[in-house]
Amino acid sequence: MSFNKKDLISVKDLSASDINYFIETAKEFKKISLKDIKKVPTLRGKTVVNIFYEPSTRTRSSFEIAQKRLSADSLSISIAQSSVTKGESLKDTILNLEAMKPDAFVLRHSESGAAHFVSKLTDASVINAGDGINEHPTQCLLDIMTVIEEKKDVGSLKVAIIGDIYHSRVARSDIYGFSKLGAEVYLYAPHSLLPRLIELKNVKIAKNMEEAVKGADVIIMLRIQKERASYYFIPSIEEYRNFFQLTPELLSKASKRVMVLHPGPVNRDVEIAGSIINGGRTHIFKQVENGVAVRMACLYILLGYLKNK
Amino acid sequence: MKKEIIFDDKETGLILDNFIKDILNSKINFNNAAIIGIKSGGVPLAGLIRKAVSERFNIDCKIGYVDMTLYRDDPFSVKKSGDATELAFDINDKEIILIDDVINSGRTVRASIDEIFDFGRPEKIKLAVFIDKGGRELPICPDFTGKKIRAGKKEIINVDVLSKKKFVEKYEL
Repeated sequence: MSFNKKDLISVKDLSASDINYFIETAKEFKKISLKDIKKVPTLRGKTVVNIFYEPSTRTRSSFEIAQKRLSADSLSISIAQSSVTKGESLKDTILNLEAMKPDAFVLRHSESGAAHFVSKLTDASVINAGDGINEHPTQCLLDIMTVIEEKKDVGSLKVAIIGDIYHSRVARSDIYGFSKLGAEVYLYAPHSLLPRLIELKNVKIAKNMEEAVKGADVIIMLRIQKERASYYFIPSIEEYRNFFQLTPELLSKASKRVMVLHPGPVNRDVEIAGSIINGGRTHIFKQVENGVAVRMACLYILLGYLKNK
Repeated sequence: MKKEIIFDDKETGLILDNFIKDILNSKINFNNAAIIGIKSGGVPLAGLIRKAVSERFNIDCKIGYVDMTLYRDDPFSVKKSGDATELAFDINDKEIILIDDVINSGRTVRASIDEIFDFGRPEKIKLAVFIDKGGRELPICPDFTGKKIRAGKKEIINVDVLSKKKFVEKYEL
């Protein structure tokens, strides 16, 4: 198995065997985080720049930890304290940083397509850490990894993705990822928050919560994205809560060994009942744990490709 | 790719017997020893040595494996094998017998020792290699050697000690 591209921009571009390759590699890297000394010298002398144009807790710290565990030198640019606030364009920012010879960029940006744009500007590897409402490939890989750890064969699963799908880059990546591995994907959301033109094999739109959840092996709940003006797409939060919240009662209709995932941050008691989280019925922390391993694998695979080119 | 048998079943068996005997007769305290095979060539040898220790002394040594890919000085020159280091025991203050099938430059051993130290601080590490093909690039010397041979850098030595017909062969890439 191998992966012959310098960048990881979208799951849409990955094949099923690419996805498996990333996850198999991540499983190896996961063991490093369980050791006494959580560090290997593999990326010694490599420089990785993290640029987050949007706020992030999990993804950003996960990438930083991944870089440190692989001994890369990493630098995180906080947009609020950078020249972006003085009006510097994305292109100029990247070209200036490129002159400092980094080996990889990790980019989060509010514009869809930003990571693809940056990948054309630089010889360094680019990892998309979320671009607008387009994709969030490492989140998809860690979701699949979390599912594979428990369910082995993704191909036979029913996966329900529920919530603000239209604005969710996680949903888009997960839809591609799970459907490429052969899972049956059910989407459910208010009509105004369903994406247009989903014509993928294995992807269906459910008519109500029951249909989406019934017999599901995996339920991925999504957040209403305040920052992307989701509130204009629904009558009110109360209404959303009434019709789209995952409650313990709905959860009981799913498969017995259902896994509940959420990419975070969670709006408790909006998209998911707080009692489901408090009761330890979600895999949220497993997802976060696997996130570090997936990001280590991505850095290792992409920087390895550059070196061997 | 022309393969040439260097040692046939009988010769390989003899080298193996002497190699294991040397380790068993050494001053290693097997009560406190752990056997670590370097993946992938050291794995079968590690198993054989553990079995021999168990038969002779009735001691079940801890056994583990290292995959040193991430500790290489050229980490990307091989594709990740999907193998993993398995050291499921406390290595602190243990006497480690580190085993590989072939030693050449010594870089694999260097990387393996580095990795082992990330798991703790062993009391000692003894190195046992089945075939020493020379060509050292680092100051590393095995404590136990099955057989020394002469082979070029590009010549690959393949050791099979598990099949019904054991052999050591060489071929050029």
